[in-house]
Amino acid sequence: MDMNQYLEVFIEESKEHLQSCNDHLLELEKSPNDMSIINEIFRSAHTLKGMSATMGYEDLAKLTHKMENVLDAIRNQTIAVTPELIDVVFLAVDDLEEMVQSIASGGDGKKDVSNAVEKLKLIEESQSSFVIDAQKEVAVATVEADEEQKTTYDEFERTVIEQSKEQGFSTFEISISLREDCLLKAARVYMVFGVLEELGEIIKSTPPVEQLEEEQFDQNFTITIVTKETSAEIENKVMKVSEVEKVEVLSITLTDSKNEIQSRSLESKAVELEPIENQVVPSEKATINNANQSNNNESKNHSAGKATSKTIRVNIERLDILLNLFEELVIDRGRLEQISSELNNQELQETVDRMSRITGDLQNIILNMRMVPIDTVFNRFPRMVRQIARDLHKKVNLEIIGAETELDRTVIDEIGDPLVHLIRNSCDHGIETPEIRKINGKSEEGTVILKAYHSGNHVFIEIEDDGSGISRDKVLKKALKSGIVNEETAATLSDKQVYELIFASGFSTAESISSLSGRGVGLDVVKNTIENLGGEVTVDSIEGKGSLFSIQLPLTLSIISVMLVEIQREKYAIPLSSIIETAIIKKDDILHAHNQKVIDFRGKVVPLLFLKDLFEVPIFEEEDEFISVIIIRKGEKMAGLVVDSFIGQQEIVLKSFGSYLNNIFAIPGATILGDGQVALIVDCNVLLK
Amino acid sequence: MRSVVQIRVKVIEVSDMSETVSTDIKLIVFQLDGKEYGISVEYIHGIEKVQHITRVPGTARFVKGVINLRGVVTPIIDLRKRFGIEECEYSDTTRVIIVAMDDVEVGLIVDAANDVIDIKEETIEPSPEVVGIKEDEYVKGVIKIDNRLLILIDLAKILDRKELKVESSEE
Repeated sequence: MDMNQYLEVFIEESKEHLQSCNDHLLELEKSPNDMSIINEIFRSAHTLKGMSATMGYEDLAKLTHKMENVLDAIRNQTIAVTPELIDVVFLAVDDLEEMVQSIASGGDGKKDVSNAVEKLKLIEESQSSFVIDAQKEVAVATVEADEEQKTTYDEFERTVIEQSKEQGFSTFEISISLREDCLLKAARVYMVFGVLEELGEIIKSTPPVEQLEEEQFDQNFTITIVTKETSAEIENKVMKVSEVEKVEVLSITLTDSKNEIQSRSLESKAVELEPIENQVVPSEKATINNANQSNNNESKNHSAGKATSKTIRVNIERLDILLNLFEELVIDRGRLEQISSELNNQELQETVDRMSRITGDLQNIILNMRMVPIDTVFNRFPRMVRQIARDLHKKVNLEIIGAETELDRTVIDEIGDPLVHLIRNSCDHGIETPEIRKINGKSEEGTVILKAYHSGNHVFIEIEDDGSGISRDKVLKKALKSGIVNEETAATLSDKQVYELIFASGFSTAESISSLSGRGVGLDVVKNTIENLGGEVTVDSIEGKGSLFSIQLPLTLSIISVMLVEIQREKYAIPLSSIIETAIIKKDDILHAHNQKVIDFRGKVVPLLFLKDLFEVPIFEEEDEFISVIIIRKGEKMAGLVVDSFIGQQEIVLKSFGSYLNNIFAIPGATILGDGQVALIVDCNVLLK
Repeated sequence: MRSVVQIRVKVIEVSDMSETVSTDIKLIVFQLDGKEYGISVEYIHGIEKVQHITRVPGTARFVKGVINLRGVVTPIIDLRKRFGIEECEYSDTTRVIIVAMDDVEVGLIVDAANDVIDIKEETIEPSPEVVGIKEDEYVKGVIKIDNRLLILIDLAKILDRKELKVESSEE
């Protein structure tokens, strides 16, 4: 069977389930007795097992199966949740992730899982044999309970029953037996249905209606009805149908009966399990409470699930295509607007105006669609921090705030690695070992806060720790040693400037080089990556109290505000983020210093960069007496870009040149203007270097 | 022209019966400085008229710039310059052939492009070495059809990004 068409869905869903496993395992470690969490993990693992078995990935199915066994044991209270156990399960999840990754990249998803399987097996075998008896007992109890109530209801039917109860209806289960010599069973069924439909609403029949109609039943069938009539009334009316031998009306209240099953089964289990439970779980009561709780949680989860069903999965490429098509539309809209203003036809003009408004709304929607919550990056960090903490024998609590903050997916794709680095850095160099923390009067557990929020046209991501902070002396000593600063400047630097030194390349202050960080190649890479994204990273710290790394990022990389300028006959776009202001100056005001043309701009000497020379623009007309200058800045550096004229400010869509032309000096990309022409975007940061 | 093509197709059909193992190749034929060239149709995404080209500074001389191809910024290579042939003004027949190879999509400016032909793979002959001009490097082979000589170009070489760097560093 060709499974390729399902492969994409399989990979996506597997990833989701694995992520859910990861998240819930972490939660489980914090509250080992919470049954609802175990159930969640179990559900994910179970679905994963089913999916991978269907798709023919045997190793994947095998490992999930083993994992499921262990989870089941935890669920049945036969194994206690310990960090060691969580480690093993995490190991298994890691293997699973690797396999899914391999499948995603076109591999066969095969992997030697014996190590993880063996470990899981060891845990599994540690549960005693009478547990199985207990499980049997549970099964029996459930069956008994089931017999009392002949019909089981699915989620939807339950909802109906519950809702109708709230509205004053009662639900009855009517068991009907026809006479053995009944000839036209289907006809009798039809008549019974007719009678009952007059009395209320039939919500279920066992066997299903289709089978009843085809006479695929013996003498008995059951109908569930929601009605305001009494049970006696129903019984009488149904008995009036000829050839009906017996009618039994049973009133059902769903929640009660369900709980009954639950508690009954748990009771019997609890009794059986008593010997072991004394070691594992405090009391029998707790089990039942947990079970009830899990029930509630399940229904809660269900409603949450319904809410998410309103979303659909769309390939990001399709969104890109959509955006491209939309830009085409915008270009044509521009042309239409021009034509309509020339023709001066009122009707045409009105229509074009309307279209402009609609496309404006459409633009907002399309751009919003490309926004992704930063959670997609953050969600792997709890797991990572746990691992680091265990490796380093530290206690670290990661707090995540603002995971729902949305960013353009182009930024999301790039921001992961720098964040990994900074968080590792905080755990490794920031947070102290529990012993030292205790001596310093801090709680043993260190806290790392990861926080994302919107502010203006930017997104801020902060990584704060309450660790040892940055030592000015150590940083300076190190910087002097590695020749990043000299002694004279070192003395003049402010604390903050000193802290910024840790972003210089070839810098590492960790006294012992660990496997995690401290190779001295980290933070400068982080800084570079973030700057390439058009962002900024800063650090602040109080020695002994902790440090704060703050990353400022543009909301989106694909749409930026620019100043359009003209140089001879060419148009260039200069990002507004780099521009301080524009000025028109007289040619006579240009000064000369060391072969460099400069101007006096508000008391500062600012060098001029002539874009037409820089970009070898073909000259068609001579410049006049006045020149237009755009003052740009990056950090402390400033420069004046000389252009011919300003066209105006505009929001543009950044487009790359594709893979054939890349690494063009100072031109990271281009954009398409309203008239369909391509304008080049100028990277001011490069010009200022 | 058309009748010639049809006759040729017929000839090929006849030979088709005798040689069953041969593979057909469909070629787009374009003109450059009076010569005829061919590119396999599998690499071709479209043929466009010349539109406004935005110059990109700091690139190799044969890169004319970029155009807006239905919302995608596409680099344009002037094939005359690429082959070291003298430039000429664009005319009504000048076309941009959009070619794609691997992940690279570019436009090639040619004097004219107006013919599609089918050939047999085995009719491709190695290029004669006497020509000795720059374009020689980019020739994969030649095909003789009646009294026409069709030069099959080597697209991978034309789109080689290494040459992009060599050229730009020379400048």
